[in-house]
Amino acid sequence: MRIELERRPRQSALFAIVSPLLALALTVVFGGIMFALLGKDPVSALYSFFIEPLLEVWSLHELAIKAGPLILIAVGLSVCYRSNNWNIGAEGQFTVGAITGSLLPIVFYEWHSPLLLPLMMVMGALGGAAYAGIPALLKTRFNTNEILTSLMLVYIAQLFLDWLVRGAWRDPGGYNFPQSRSFVSEAVLPEILSSSGRAHWGFAFALIAAVAVWLMMRYTLKGFQIVVLGQSERAGRFAGFSSRGMVWFSMLFSGALAGLAGISEVSGSIGHLQPSISPGYGFTAIIVAFLGRLNPLGIVAAGLVLALTYLGGEGAQLSIGVSDKVTRVFQGLLLFFVLSCDTLILYKVRIVFDRGRKLAGRSAS
Amino acid sequence: MQGGHVANDQSTGELPLLSVRSLSKLFGSFKACDGIDLDIGHGEIHALLGENGAGKSTLVKMLFGILAPSAGSISWQGTDTLVANPAAARRLGIGMVFQHFSLFEALTVAENIALSLDEKISIADLSKKAAELSIAYGLPLDPDAHVADLSVGERQRIEIVRALLQNPKLIILDEPTSVLTPQEADRLFETLFKLRAEGRSVLYISHRLEEVQRICDRATVLRHGKVTGVCDPRQETPASLARMMVGAEVAGVEKVEPPADGALQLEVTSLSVSPRSPFAMPLKSVSMTVRAGEVLAIAGVAGNGQSELFDALSGEYPVESADSIRIRGQSVGRLGINARRLLGAGFVPEERHGHAAVPAMSLSENLFLSRNASDRKAYLAGGKLGLIRHGLVQQAARRISEMMDVRKSGDDPAAGSLSGGNLQKFIVGRELDRQPSVLVVNQPTWGVDAGAASRIRQALVDLAKSGSAVVVISQDLDEIFEVATSIAAISEGKLSQAHPAGSMNREKIGILMGGMHGLETAHAH
Repeated sequence: MRIELERRPRQSALFAIVSPLLALALTVVFGGIMFALLGKDPVSALYSFFIEPLLEVWSLHELAIKAGPLILIAVGLSVCYRSNNWNIGAEGQFTVGAITGSLLPIVFYEWHSPLLLPLMMVMGALGGAAYAGIPALLKTRFNTNEILTSLMLVYIAQLFLDWLVRGAWRDPGGYNFPQSRSFVSEAVLPEILSSSGRAHWGFAFALIAAVAVWLMMRYTLKGFQIVVLGQSERAGRFAGFSSRGMVWFSMLFSGALAGLAGISEVSGSIGHLQPSISPGYGFTAIIVAFLGRLNPLGIVAAGLVLALTYLGGEGAQLSIGVSDKVTRVFQGLLLFFVLSCDTLILYKVRIVFDRGRKLAGRSAS
Repeated sequence: MQGGHVANDQSTGELPLLSVRSLSKLFGSFKACDGIDLDIGHGEIHALLGENGAGKSTLVKMLFGILAPSAGSISWQGTDTLVANPAAARRLGIGMVFQHFSLFEALTVAENIALSLDEKISIADLSKKAAELSIAYGLPLDPDAHVADLSVGERQRIEIVRALLQNPKLIILDEPTSVLTPQEADRLFETLFKLRAEGRSVLYISHRLEEVQRICDRATVLRHGKVTGVCDPRQETPASLARMMVGAEVAGVEKVEPPADGALQLEVTSLSVSPRSPFAMPLKSVSMTVRAGEVLAIAGVAGNGQSELFDALSGEYPVESADSIRIRGQSVGRLGINARRLLGAGFVPEERHGHAAVPAMSLSENLFLSRNASDRKAYLAGGKLGLIRHGLVQQAARRISEMMDVRKSGDDPAAGSLSGGNLQKFIVGRELDRQPSVLVVNQPTWGVDAGAASRIRQALVDLAKSGSAVVVISQDLDEIFEVATSIAAISEGKLSQAHPAGSMNREKIGILMGGMHGLETAHAH
């Protein structure tokens, strides 16, 4: 007996919808098993992980704060991945965007102007794009693998930020704490609904970016180029599209969105620079992009789900006393099941009972 | 033709060597082979005829133990047998020569042969044995040569010797002449006759009717996975064989004489291109001219620079010297493919999936693929935004499908869901729809069923008739004779002079393909 994967004649529309839900269900089941092994009651643990955060207004705001950067980064990454360029270093571009965007409020801290905030956002995006430009340059010039280079640049960016806030940019009045000056009020990204909670405009940026990219992929020549080059470089060349140009475009575009997410997070949620500004948004966004099937609208939904795992993890730490590593485990489970369930879209699983293995031996002798 | 003892075998009414009864193979719900019966006698060359996708390859893969049948039986010399894997097939006495060789280029001939043997034998002994065999069967081969230095014909000989070392009773050859010049093919046929004289049987897979009639004693014809006829090919006409293969009469291509002095549309002068990869063929000082109304066919065995020539002509890889390629008088050597399209040129590459078309995208998107620049005004709106007018593109795709009789499921299906022939009709139609003044086509009917092939060829001839210059790069001599007004051949990156089609025959083309340029020297030969 053996298990065979049989290619479907065409993609299964049913499983394209069912697969993410199936992945979610499997994640919950295996998460429950994990809680049981930890000696917690699985039902109440899962409840406080996935349901409790959704019951109060302030915590919905927190959800938006966490989903914002995830969605913004993942939308950029989806363009990259659709074009078959593998930017794994969004975390680094996020960090560099936060640093370049903070240049004005930290170095020129006495400048007050309504222009300050827009300029910060632009500089953050430019910084992220420039940092993503490094793997793009290396790929187009020396044919290096962008997966490795972009990933390694993450650690450089993180250590550079660490050095900055402990050294050059440390707040002189901050009692030697490793953090920068706090931003002036003009440099803080305002809340969307300040009466009910602290969700800021970063979430709005994310939604705007998602809709804009969705329109681009669906209706424009640029979107067409991205898909064609991602499917087949040779066909792209036949169409007269430049794959080298696409490396630049997709890397710079995803870097810019990651940089914008970085400065939005620092300006909207934190208010200063510190050694750690992200719980791994840049990496989690990779899961978000795939869970959303690289479709910007799917990514909005996926971003909210992953934000919930962060939030639930924080809550579960307090209420049932499990480590915050549980969050990572959930994210890992989810990605694992999403990728494996996707197999069902393209393949049918069949169990084949082999006839006559013994016979074969006889005839051969 | 048959050896004495072989005749005896058959006259005593002995069981056939191989007998297949209602053999079927299902892939999902698709029946690749559907209840096939096949008998191969001792000492006969048996042809397996059929179009692409008729189930020939699936059938022989089951005989050779690569695929397991879904139903039916195989009996070998009268005993029911289950061929579990290729090693078991070899032990039974079945040898196979595949269409695509599996050879390591960096190893020698003898080392490659050693790799395929099931038992251990020293390389020196093997070299000796291989050398003896190759002499005995007229397959000259140096066991110590590196495969990388050998021609395709020589590589095929390695595969044949490899099969012969097992002393097989049945040898299966899958489309063996598709990579050979006519002269090389003749040599192969002599080897096959020798094998038959020894009482061995050959299962010869082909879709070339002419050679099947020449060398085969019996033929089994397949269509859509079913046997549609068993016959003696010598008693049939090419038309009657084609009817069994295709299931319908295939229309011949109507040709017209080109006007004597059409305008010069494509001019290539001393075009040299250095290879982009270690396995690419450099182009060496290629020159040609194609006038309006002319169809220039470029013959050649695969891998002699055809794809490199296409890349240079299409501008997918522009060349260094701008003047070496001129389209309608303009120097275009350094321009990209879209700039050349804007000058009125159209291109059809050899590979359908992933080059001429993206399989996962719809037909209309694949139409837009090649015409996004040339039909910019019609298909794009919104200026810099570049909004695609999907409605208009879909309309055009529908028009092209109708014009070329593209059979498809649904209005605008994914390109990958079409059969090879239907997709090729669409890809050719996509260019014809623009009325290009220069059309360059590489292997226009490769792997395409006979009906679609005849339609595509007629379309190329009609395009030339309407005043365009057409270049057809092809390995198929029948096709070349059907469409060409002049014929050249490419060999090791060098292009021969073009000769009027009327003055050429198979032998002359074969000599050009073999690389001996200038017919005068060939005549002296």
